[in-house]
Order: sequence, then C-alpha cells, then structure tokens
Amino acid sequence: MSERTDQQVRYDQARYVEDGHYEPLLAEKDLTSAEIDGDDTDSPLPDDLTRDDLELPALSEPELARHYTRLSQMIYAIDTGPYPLGSCTMKYNPKFMEDVAALPTAAVHPDRSERSTQGTLELMYRLQDYLGRIGGMDAVTLQPPAGAAGEFVGIRVAVAYHEHNGESHRNEVIIPESAHGTNFATAALGGYDVVSLPSDDGGRVDLEALEAALSENTAALMLTNPNTLGLFERDIAEIAEMVHDVGGLLYYDGANLNALLGRARPGDMGFDVMHYNVHKTFATPHGGGGPGAGPVGVVDELAPFLPSPRVREADDAESDADEPTYELFDPEQTIGKVHGFQGNWLVLVKTFAYIARLGDEGLTDASAKAVLNANYLASQIDYEVPYGPFHHEFVASAGDQDAADVAKRMLDFGVHPPTTKWPEIVPEALMTEPTEVESKATLDRLAAAFNAVAAEDDETLESAPERTTARRIDQTSAARSPRLAWQALDDE
Amino acid sequence: MHGSQPTGSPYAPHTDEEGAAMLEAVDAETADDLFDIPPEVQFDDEFGIDSRTERETRRLVRSILDRNDELIELLGRGHYGYYVPSLVDHLADRSEFLTSYTQYQPEVSQGFLQVLFEYQSLLVELTGLEIANCSMYDAATALGEAATLADRVRSVNGHRVLVPDLLLEGRRSTLENYVAGTDLEVESYPTADANVDLEALEDAVDDDVVMIYAENPTVRGTIEEHLETIGEITTDAKALFALGTDPIALSLLQRPADVGVDVVVGDASVLGLPTSYGMGLGLFATREEYLRQVPGRLVGVSEDDTDRRAYTLTLQTREQHIRRERATSNICTNQAWVALRSAIHAAALGPNGMIDLAKRGVTRAESLADRVDDVAGVRAPVHDRRHFREFVARVDQPASAVAADLEERGFAVHVVDDHEIQLCVAGVPDDELDGFVAALEEVVR
Repeated sequence: MSERTDQQVRYDQARYVEDGHYEPLLAEKDLTSAEIDGDDTDSPLPDDLTRDDLELPALSEPELARHYTRLSQMIYAIDTGPYPLGSCTMKYNPKFMEDVAALPTAAVHPDRSERSTQGTLELMYRLQDYLGRIGGMDAVTLQPPAGAAGEFVGIRVAVAYHEHNGESHRNEVIIPESAHGTNFATAALGGYDVVSLPSDDGGRVDLEALEAALSENTAALMLTNPNTLGLFERDIAEIAEMVHDVGGLLYYDGANLNALLGRARPGDMGFDVMHYNVHKTFATPHGGGGPGAGPVGVVDELAPFLPSPRVREADDAESDADEPTYELFDPEQTIGKVHGFQGNWLVLVKTFAYIARLGDEGLTDASAKAVLNANYLASQIDYEVPYGPFHHEFVASAGDQDAADVAKRMLDFGVHPPTTKWPEIVPEALMTEPTEVESKATLDRLAAAFNAVAAEDDETLESAPERTTARRIDQTSAARSPRLAWQALDDE
Repeated sequence: MHGSQPTGSPYAPHTDEEGAAMLEAVDAETADDLFDIPPEVQFDDEFGIDSRTERETRRLVRSILDRNDELIELLGRGHYGYYVPSLVDHLADRSEFLTSYTQYQPEVSQGFLQVLFEYQSLLVELTGLEIANCSMYDAATALGEAATLADRVRSVNGHRVLVPDLLLEGRRSTLENYVAGTDLEVESYPTADANVDLEALEDAVDDDVVMIYAENPTVRGTIEEHLETIGEITTDAKALFALGTDPIALSLLQRPADVGVDVVVGDASVLGLPTSYGMGLGLFATREEYLRQVPGRLVGVSEDDTDRRAYTLTLQTREQHIRRERATSNICTNQAWVALRSAIHAAALGPNGMIDLAKRGVTRAESLADRVDDVAGVRAPVHDRRHFREFVARVDQPASAVAADLEERGFAVHVVDDHEIQLCVAGVPDDELDGFVAALEEVVR
C-alpha cells in the first residue's frame, strides 16, 4: 500500500489546498458586514429593537456550489464504501425514499387541522401499525426524534406507570455494563440511579448478578438483544420473569433490531417497552449525525402513558366516505410531549416507505443476510474474536495493538474502520457490523484490510493514516484550547 | 433477484453462489442456522406486510399523502415555511453528506466537520455568544437542555424555572419532561399585551430562581421590548437568562449577548427546511464559561500531522458515549443534516439577504395587519406592539368558524381564542396574501 489508491488520487484532484487549508472557510473567502442603523431609512424598526450589524460571508451561488461540493468530496459515506460501525447499523438507503419524502404533499404545517391532513395522519397510523407488528407491541408513538429520545420516553413512561401504581419509591434502573452510553445518560436524565450489571463469562447478562441487583426499588432493566457483543440473550424469558417478579419493567433498546427482523420480537420476549431506531433498522440515511427518529412501542398496560398526541382511526359512523378517517388523541394519562410538535416526520415517511417496500420477505431476508455477513466476516479476520455465536455484529480484539491506531490505519485501505474501544468487556475492541448490504467481495476486501493491519508494526500504525484527506489529527490540542467558531481563530 | 422483484431484501447484493460460499465458510447450511434464538421466543409467524416493487411503494406513499389538502398556510407559531432555494436541496442531497455517519473518524470526515464548524460560527455571529453546539432536536428540547444546564451551573441554590404564560404547550410540556428528573419546577410569569410584564416578573423573582426564559419574537408575533431589563432582573437574581428565538429574527432584532442573554435556544430550521409537520433543528448557544457543561456535539479546530488546519469533534468527555450517566445530556443522534441545510441556506442569503428577509417579516406582517384591519368585523393587530412575521387578529364571529370557512377556501390559519385568529406571512407570496384578504372578506361578511 505504498501507492496512493485511485480513490485518493481522485480526492486530491478535487481538493483545493490553499494557504494550508484543505478548503478555506466561507469566512476566509469573504466576510461582509451589513449595517442596521438608525440612519437607515429602510429599517422598519427603531434602533433600540435592532442589532447594529451582521457580519457573514457573501458569496455567489457558483462559489457556494463549489465550496459545498468540495466539502462533500472530503467525506467518507456509505455511498462511497463499506462502513462497518458496530451498533450504528450503517446500511445502504434506497434512493427513491428521498423522493417520496420530498413530495409536496409531505410538507404540511404541524398546526394544520386534522381534516386537512388526512394523508399525514393515515401514514402515521399505518406506520404505528407496521412497527407494532414488527416489535410485537400493542401501541406505538412516533414522536421521539431519535433513539435516545425514545429511551427518554420509555423512562418517563416507567416513572408515570410506577407513580400511577403508588410505587414512586422505585428509584433504580439496571443497565448491563456493555449497554449503549445513552441508556445510562437517559436513566440519569429521568432521575433514576443507575445500577450497572456485569456480564458473565460468555458475554451475556449474569443471572446471579441480576438477581442481586433486582429489588423492590427496581424501576426497570434496560437491555438490548442481541447485545452489543452481537450475542443473543438466550435467557431472556427467565430475565423477563425475574424483572417482572419484583414489579420492574423490561425496556428494549432497539439499536440492534436489524438482526431480529422476522425471527423474534421484543414483545414476545417479555419486553414491556421498546424504542425503534428507524434510521438504523429500516432506513434513513444518517445525514452525518441525524436526523433519526425513535418511535416507542409499549404493551397495553403502558399505552395510557404514551406522549400526546397519537393517531387513531376515527369512529365516524356518519361518514359515508369509503376511506377511513384518522384523528389525533391524547392518551389518558399521557406524560405530555417530548418534542415541540410531532418529531422528525420526514424520517418517518422514509421508514414507512422502506417497510412497505421490503414487507415480510424483504425484512426477514435482511436479518438473514446481516447475520450471515457478520458471521462470515468474523470468520475471515486474523484478530481474535471472543464469544459467539454472533448475530449482526461481533467484537474483535486488537490484542497488543491500539484499537484507535488500527482504525486510523484501516482508513489507508479505503475502508471505514469499526467502532473502537467499546464495549470495554473486550480489550482494544473492534466492534464490527457489516449489515446485509455488503457483498462477499466487499467483506473479503474488509477482511484483507483487517488482516494487513493486524500484521503491521506499531510505528506504521501510529503514523497512520497517510492516504486520507487529512492526516492524523491532534485531538488533545482541540480539547485543550477549544476553538469552536471562525470568530475564535487567530489570523492564521 | 435484484431490482424490481420483491423476493428477499432488494438491497442485499448476494448471489446464490456467494451466499453458498459464505455459509460454507461459517459451517452452516442455511442462514437460519446462524440465529441463536431459543424456540420459546422465536417468531414463526408473519407480519402480514406485503412486499412491493419500488414503483408500487412510490404509488402507495403518494396515494396516501395525496389525501392531504393543498392549502396556503398562514401558519407560524414556532414553525415556518420559508422558501428554500434549490441550491440547498441539490447540495444537501449529495450522497456524501446524506449517507455519512457521525464524524468519529475526522480524517475522512473533514467536509462535514467543516460545515458543522461553519454552522456553529453562524450562530456565534447571530447570537454574539462565544459557543454554539452543532444541534439539538428542536426548540422545545433545546429549552429543556437549557434548564438542565442552568441546574448544573446555577450559582444560586434554587429550583424555579420561570417561563412566560404564553409559552407554546409543546414547549412547556417538553420542558417539564426534561426537568422531571431534577428538582426543578417550571412556573409561569404573566405577560402584558404579549410582552413580558416586568413588574409581575420582578415580583415573581427570588433567590430560588435558576433560569428566566423569554422569547423574541413572542408566540403572538410581537417583538419583545424589554430584553435589557429582563437581563438585569436575571443578573440580579444570579439566574440564567435564556432566550428563545431563531436565525432569521436574530438577523435584525437585538443581539442576545448585548442584552445579557446567557443561553440562546430556538429553532434554526426556519432556514433550510420546508414545513415538515414540525420537524426541527434545535439551536443552542451559550457563554464560554459554560463550555464544559454544554449539551450535544461540538466541532473544534485542530491541526493534522502535516500542520494543516483540521476539524474534529471535541470535548467528547461531556457526551453520553464517554461520560454515561454523568453526561451533560443524553443526546446522541442529533440533526446534523438539517444544520447543514440551514448553513447552506444562510450562506445563500448572505448578510444582506438575511437582514432583508427579516425586515420583510416586519413590513409584510404590518402590511397584512393593516389590510385585515380594514375588513369589517376584523381588528388587527390585537396587540399594540411591533410585530415580526405574524400577529393576532380579532374577529367578531367565532374564530373556529372563521378558520373552518377559510380552510374551505384554501387557507389555513391558527385559532388562538374564541374570537382570535393568528396570521403569519412567512413564506407566503404577496399574491397569495391578496387571495387571503379577499377570502377573509367573504368569510366574515
């Protein structure tokens, strides 16, 4: 790999290196100050209600087109190569969904009347129904704007449920140590104390530790299944029984649902409440960090506490229309809202389109191929892969190598590295999730990259990457002297 | 097996031969053998969801959404449908932007990191505050995060969060959910003629207040005239002054840093997003002294090994994936791509375009209020204030009936009260406003 890859050569041609910048900031190309003062007869407001001036770049449309196009060429994306980030489920997104989300009829104001937004309400109703069937849940809210927001709804619903039953003393949420960081943060945001649960030797929930952690103070156990090691919690029925026996709720973190589609449903496993990361399991491109959406499903008993409003079919016996009508309603003991309006609606349109496109056969096949791909890739790499058998992802150990350095070096092979150093159960973790959309050839290429790096010495790893847009970036100085806006830059 | 045939996942590229070779490599006969699920929790039924071709799916979605009426929306109240230039769609839809993930490997994410850095810089210029994060979900959740920030940094040992009595129900309810796990309590203070009632606010303030929240413009579209005094009241109480606003308003109205604001929250999706049933982009900016307590992601400047400037996510030790239950917020996936859209829209407008758009929000609202006021049976604006984008009008007839009749004629308006409607000019072209005035005349006749 001493030669630059073709892909990198292409990037270099597109790149515009000037004065030490890969691409100058807009503010470095132009900064124009526009004044708003009392002498300005155009100003519709008196001086004391307005600012003095506004200083921003003022560039032409062609200049902007080039700026953002160049920036886009300095981004690795699922449309440019494999992206096996464990737990993030980076899979290809069908292009047609962008078109359906951009339909003019999808763009309506959230305060429109129900009568004039029957299309929006019907799509939401049908998506609620789809998600309920897929998760084995009785009722679904679409409001949470991301997975962590869905977790928050789950926690708030748990609080409301326990309060309703006169059990406000329940102040603990149990979370396996391998869980997503959001679980801990969400439980704390909800006011709960976190009880961390160790794994057993096989990487699964340690039942004895769980028994010890459960008490009359347990509000909920938050669990993902398969877990972040890619292992199915085989004792789930027993776990559910144990949690329910002490009066706690079982919460399902849906981040790993892609591995289960059509094979098992959280509702059937005994989970009471779950969120769906629709931007992972179904589709919606991640957009560089969002928007996502985190609908929440619950069993009947918890449905009265869901956020308001939800959508239901209207009971209009008088209507002679051949199409059912839909209406919004407030669940009886609703926790209220977790978003100013109704969440990330355009994401939900794409989710609906994806599920409608794949249907039973497609969804079931997606989980089959995702699991096949994970197991195949795990079998092809030279790094040690503890635990198993795997579902959608596996966690390899970089052993004596630094996982972060391994990741940087993998970039030189033109592939995106896995998630590193997490979960901490595996030393120098390389958490890898190829998803169903990668071909055998791509997986072989990924394995070749893993294996080439595994054979390299520390010096090579520490000086990587050398074939990317930017070379190794100094994280420490960024944190030590934070410069977070162009206004904070010295004259460089 | 590819393309239009709805058998299996249309996006899984495996040929039969490849699938067989892979199964052999993992010592399995079928993919089903790889699932390690105990029989008692296996799902062996069907969802009952048909598989469709792409064409059929498009037709299905279109036919459902076509049930939405085509209306001219004079609707605002926190969500605005400004015209979004084509440039925004075409650049933001480039698949490198659309299909990348959070920038955990900055060496191959420079383009997106720079966009987010430029977005943060835009908010710094608009607010005058030193730092902005690279997005929250929407205005309501940003307000919730501001309250929990106040709880962490408060110099007074209190628990009261004061918000205007006019606060939108969605924002109030979201805020209450965000603070439910703390000892904070949300209380309303009175407004007078849709501005902060300063005397009432002063009466409400004591040592126990950790945050005072105000909005400019207000929910009723009035421009808040007392920001400086509210800032003084807040400072005296050693509380945090949080202001709700948006980038277009900020282009013209008082600069928050100049009136003592500590945290600016609001919805930045007024730039870059069409009306999308309330989908938003929470903006969050604050003072440098609260840097290590800020929720959400931050992009900072650093250098790479060749000494070139490079961007990276920074101060991640505040975030949930590192700090877990001690994180400043549980937010992970945010609204990065919407921030990209807003940044491009702002760049397309430039400083003069931003100011002009804001000025039109004042002049066009005043002009529509004048015209509506001329209609017999209608009085506007109800509040004797300067307005931005929207205003409340009083109608002699029941407001709900007026709104329903207007909807029949193709116009959507807010119902505020028994005899009050609210009208917003944002994104509505002049000729459509002409049509609206004509329709209103017919309706109230």
